[in-house]
Order: sequence, then structure tokens, then C-alpha cells
Amino acid sequence: MRLTKDLAEWFDHRLQLGQPIKEVMQHPVPRRTASWAYVFGSASLTVMILQFVTGICLAFVYVPSADQAWTSLQVLNHQQAFGWFIRALHGWGSNFMVALVLIHMVQVFLFGAYKYPRELTWIVGIFLLLMTLGMAFTGQVLRFDQDAYWGLGIGASVMGRMPLIGTPLVHAMLGGPIIAGETLSRFFAIHVFIVPGTLIAFVGVHVLMVLKLGVNEWPMPGRIVKRSTYLKEYHDLTHKDGVPFIPDAFRKDFVFSGIIILALVFCAAFFGPFGPKGQPDPTIVQTVPRPDYFFLWGFAGLALLPANLETFLLIVGPVIGIGFLIALPLISGTGEKSWRRRPLAVLTALVIIISLAALTQLGTYAPWSPVMDAWSSAPVPPKLLAGRSALERQGAVVFQAKQCRNCHALGGEGGQRGPALDTVATRLTGDQLIRQVLQGRGNMPAYGKNLSPAETTALVAFLKSLHPPNQPPAQDASLVSVASPQTSAGAGKP
Amino acid sequence: MPELIQEPEAPVSSTIAPRKVSRRNMLMTFGIALNAIAGALFAVPVVGYIFGPARRKEMKKELAWITLGPLTQFPEGQTRLANYRNPFVRPWDGDTGNIPCWVRRIATDKLQVFAINCAHLGCPVRWYPQSGLFMCPCHGGAYYADGSRASGPPPRGLFEYDYKLEAGQLWIKAGQVPTLASPPSQACADQPKRCACA
Repeated sequence: MRLTKDLAEWFDHRLQLGQPIKEVMQHPVPRRTASWAYVFGSASLTVMILQFVTGICLAFVYVPSADQAWTSLQVLNHQQAFGWFIRALHGWGSNFMVALVLIHMVQVFLFGAYKYPRELTWIVGIFLLLMTLGMAFTGQVLRFDQDAYWGLGIGASVMGRMPLIGTPLVHAMLGGPIIAGETLSRFFAIHVFIVPGTLIAFVGVHVLMVLKLGVNEWPMPGRIVKRSTYLKEYHDLTHKDGVPFIPDAFRKDFVFSGIIILALVFCAAFFGPFGPKGQPDPTIVQTVPRPDYFFLWGFAGLALLPANLETFLLIVGPVIGIGFLIALPLISGTGEKSWRRRPLAVLTALVIIISLAALTQLGTYAPWSPVMDAWSSAPVPPKLLAGRSALERQGAVVFQAKQCRNCHALGGEGGQRGPALDTVATRLTGDQLIRQVLQGRGNMPAYGKNLSPAETTALVAFLKSLHPPNQPPAQDASLVSVASPQTSAGAGKP
Repeated sequence: MPELIQEPEAPVSSTIAPRKVSRRNMLMTFGIALNAIAGALFAVPVVGYIFGPARRKEMKKELAWITLGPLTQFPEGQTRLANYRNPFVRPWDGDTGNIPCWVRRIATDKLQVFAINCAHLGCPVRWYPQSGLFMCPCHGGAYYADGSRASGPPPRGLFEYDYKLEAGQLWIKAGQVPTLASPPSQACADQPKRCACA
């Protein structure tokens, strides 16, 4: 014991870090900030450190080369001792980190913590968010599989929409004319050196500012932030009614970080690593590329944007969005902090969260994409064939063979690009069906060139039979009005 | 925190030494100039190295005529997948150097060679001969047999390569990933919506 103390003193005499560290540990923070709401920043930091550890571990085995990367991931998954677990920890750690950073950001926004004098802390935080997302995206590229390959293709296509500098930008991003070896090396350097290095520097500044400026006090309605008085008010709050950061505030951070690490280990052990999916061979075109979870909202947005605004929004949208986030503390750096007195802020946060959640949810099943193999894998439900004539059944064959099913569901199976056709006959008359099939309209391609008259007749006969037994098929209103009483009566019959 | 509050009370130094031209000042000025030059000499090659692939001279070299094999592989009236090795590859490119494309033979010497990449955001389109459509698995783009846009978000028809026939072989001019900024063939640049002019 004595020896330990002597050793510690020997080092501190030379390093002289003991006193500053003690001051940092015991600096007073407002009493109410020792709260569970304040634990997300420190948990993000914890996960980031774990990401560094697992990332370095992966670099022991991973080969950042276009022809070997995928194979080295297979070795990690199946041969290297605990390789699968390290990969799983790193992959889940990425998801955890993005989630924690987003929650931390929402908390800081709702608590008005970005206001004077913490504007720069927020701005640095925005860059940390962008870097976290950048790490998630470049990490997805290093998992060099089909999704990574075509994800890079999407990235190149977005860059290619930039006016004037489109082509040079694409080549700079890919490190050459095509997605290949130098692309992977480039993203490896970005993911392993450039962004993590910058991330460490920015996290250092971020945490330093939290220490220098103090943890944001719990916002009280009516307690207005003014540049002239805030510093004195905060000083009084911390010194008259404050608690030392360690142990009072730190306890909850500490416990929460432990819970997060446990959850991470559990997810990694239980769900395992992500991919890799198929080999990054572009000649395998039987693939359905999808981005990782935290980019699904962008994937959905790209499918749903109006075509004529797309290029503009792709280029200008991020500039406006990030610009607004950076400018936020400069625009509203003073005033009310409490969410109870900031209805517009709460509403904005809610709209953004709900929009992103809705887009993400849509992205998980992508109703805008054709189901590429539905025509050959999903049989026509027997219910829709029972009691049909030979011609109508032949129409069902045409319906499958012409890939109609890829975009139109029957019995809940098939694409959702177009409407489900289980009851199409109640909506369209025979003539309208013929017109729609042959000429197309809206998002439906015209099939006139690819259907013989006999095929069209059979297909439309089948479609005309698709109505519930108790509901009559659609009728041309202009014909009904001049029709004889029997026809009208017949239409009403079940 | 306390530092910030004490700041206004801190004494302001009023004894700024009058600026004199001395040997030491000279040396400092010289040092700044020297390091500025050294920094530039260091930084310019680094930037040139990183953005080398985007230099115009490099990009011009990246297009070349390459063969897709004998024309007999592509029967008339059919659209088939063909692969070629990109004309510019590194030894470690592996499978990523193999690029697919769709070859549609309309008549004996009339063809269309489509890029695999959807004109919307570059995903691989698949040909369905039964319905005569190219479908994209990502955002729902669809194209007719002649490459013109049928539906969905693509802003134009499929990208087409320039082609030529020599000694029974089909050649295309290729070498870079097709994007809206650099479509492989300029022939249809004036018809962005319906690129079916082969």
C-alpha cells in the first residue's frame, strides 16, 4: 500500500496531472443534472471507445483489397477464433452508436442546451453526428459484398448528378473510373484513419467544452437565458446548490454505460454479425441491394422524391439541412430553454422524428420496388381460380408469365409497386382493363408490344373475374344509363 | 466555468512593446515565408495524389474499345447479358473488374448495348424477356426493350454504349461507370427521356 502511494507520488511529481484531474472529477454540476436524461452523451463515448477496440481487432485479419476482402470476412466469420463475435460487436456497436448519438442530440435540442454559451459545443456535435454517420456508411462499404458494391454505385450516381464537376467527383470518390480495388482502399483509409482521427479531435474539443462551460442545467420554464446574466446565474446554481460530478452525476452515466455494453454484447452474441451477403461480383445481377438500417430512410426518400425535384434536393437538401443545424444556436442562442415553452421546437423535432421513422419503416419492405421473382415464386391463389373458365385460367397463366405479379399482389403475395388486383374488376371495366394493359398509365408500362391479341383477351378475361361474389364488376356508366332494365337488374345481382 | 466569470476583471496588459525591426523579427518573417513555401511544396503533391483519379488527363485515358465476343453469341431478336473485363484494372481488382451489360440484337448489324446501371441511381437492371421490360430492384424503375423509360423515377432511358462490328466481333466503347454526368455514349444526349436511337 505504501509502495503504491510512493509510486503514485513519484509519477505525479513529474506529470503533475493529479490536481487537474481531481478538479475535473469534483467540479460542481447543477443538482438536477444528475439525471437519467443526461446519460446518452457519455454512453456514445463509451461505445465509440469499444468501436476503436473492435475495429483495431478486425484490422488484424481483414484485407482491404477488392479481390480478398470478402474472403477475409468469411475467414473472420467461420475460422478465426471469436472472429464472428468481434465482427458482430463492431456491427452492432455501429448501430448502437448512431442510435445513442441521435438520442443525445434530441435530448440536447429539447433541453435547449445548445443556447448561450454552449453554441460551439452544439456545432461541434453536428460534425460528430456527420462523422458517426460517415463511419457507418464507410463501414458498410468495407463489408465488401453486393450491397456495398451497389451502394457505392448509388453514391457515384448521386455525385454524377452534380452539375459541371459531376464526373471528376465520381472519379475522386471511386479512386478511378469504376468501383474496384482503389475504391475499397480509399474507403478503408477514410474509415480507419481520416474520420476516426478527426473524430478523436472533435470529441476532445466537445468534452473539453462540456467541462469548461459546465453541464447544461435542467431547464425551468420562465428561466430565460440572457447573455448578460447567464454566466453568473449558472455559477450561483452550481456553487450554491451543486453536487460534485464524481460521484453524484457520474453514477448514472456509469451504470447506463454498463447496461449499454451488456446490451451490445447480448445483441452481438444473440443476433451475430451482419453479412457479408453475396460476393461483390457485378456480373451477378440477381441481387436486390439494400442499405443498412440507419440509411433506409434515405433509400426510401430516393424512391419517393418527385423526379423533377430529385437532383435539386439531392444536392441542395443536405446543404440546407446541415446548414440549418449548424446555424440553429446562432439563430436562437438565448431565451427559453424549457421544452414546455418551446412548442415550435417540440413540433419540429416530432415532425422530423416521425418522418424519418416512417421512411425507415417503408424502407424495410420497399413497396416501390418490384418483387423481382414473384412471377415465378408466388402461385396464383387457388381461390382466384376456382370456378373459372378455361379462358380465364389461361389469363392467369399470362398474368404470371408476363411478370405482372412482380408489381401487383394477389392474395397478399407479389409486388406492391402497383395496386393489388384481387378485386380489380370492381374498379375497372373490361374496356378500361384492356386500355390500361396495352397503353399503360401513371407508373404502369404499356404492354401493347408484348401481348398478342389472344394473350390480351385471356388476361383481361381473368382480370374481369377478379371481384368478390357479393360485389358486381364495374360497369361503364354511360352504357348502363341506356341499357335495358334487365341489364341494370343483372348488375345488382350477387 | 469560474474562469469565464473572472475574465472581465482580469487586468489588461498595457505595455505592448513598440515594434522594432530587429534581426529576430526578420528571422521570424523569414521563417513564416520559408514554411509557407515548404508547406505548399508538401501539400500540392498530396492533393494531386488524392485527387489524381479526377484529373482530366487521367479520365480521358479511361475509355477504350473492348470486345464482347463474336456476334453469333447474340441471336437476332433477343437481349442477352454479356460481361467484359474493364479495359483499365489493377491486379487486385478481382471480380469487380468484370462489368456486365445487356446486348439487344435488333437485326443483323443493328444492335443496342445497354449499361447494367439504372439511370436513376445505378442499381443493376434485370431483363424480363416475357414482358419485354428491364426492371430495377432498388427504386422501381422500369424500361422498355429499346431502353426507353417505362415507369418509375429514372430521369432518362438506359445508358447505351457506342458499338461497332469488326470481323464478326462486337466491340463497345467502355471503361467508366455510367452516370448522368458521364453517359457512355453521347449519341443520345439530346434525347434524355427516350434514348432509343440506335
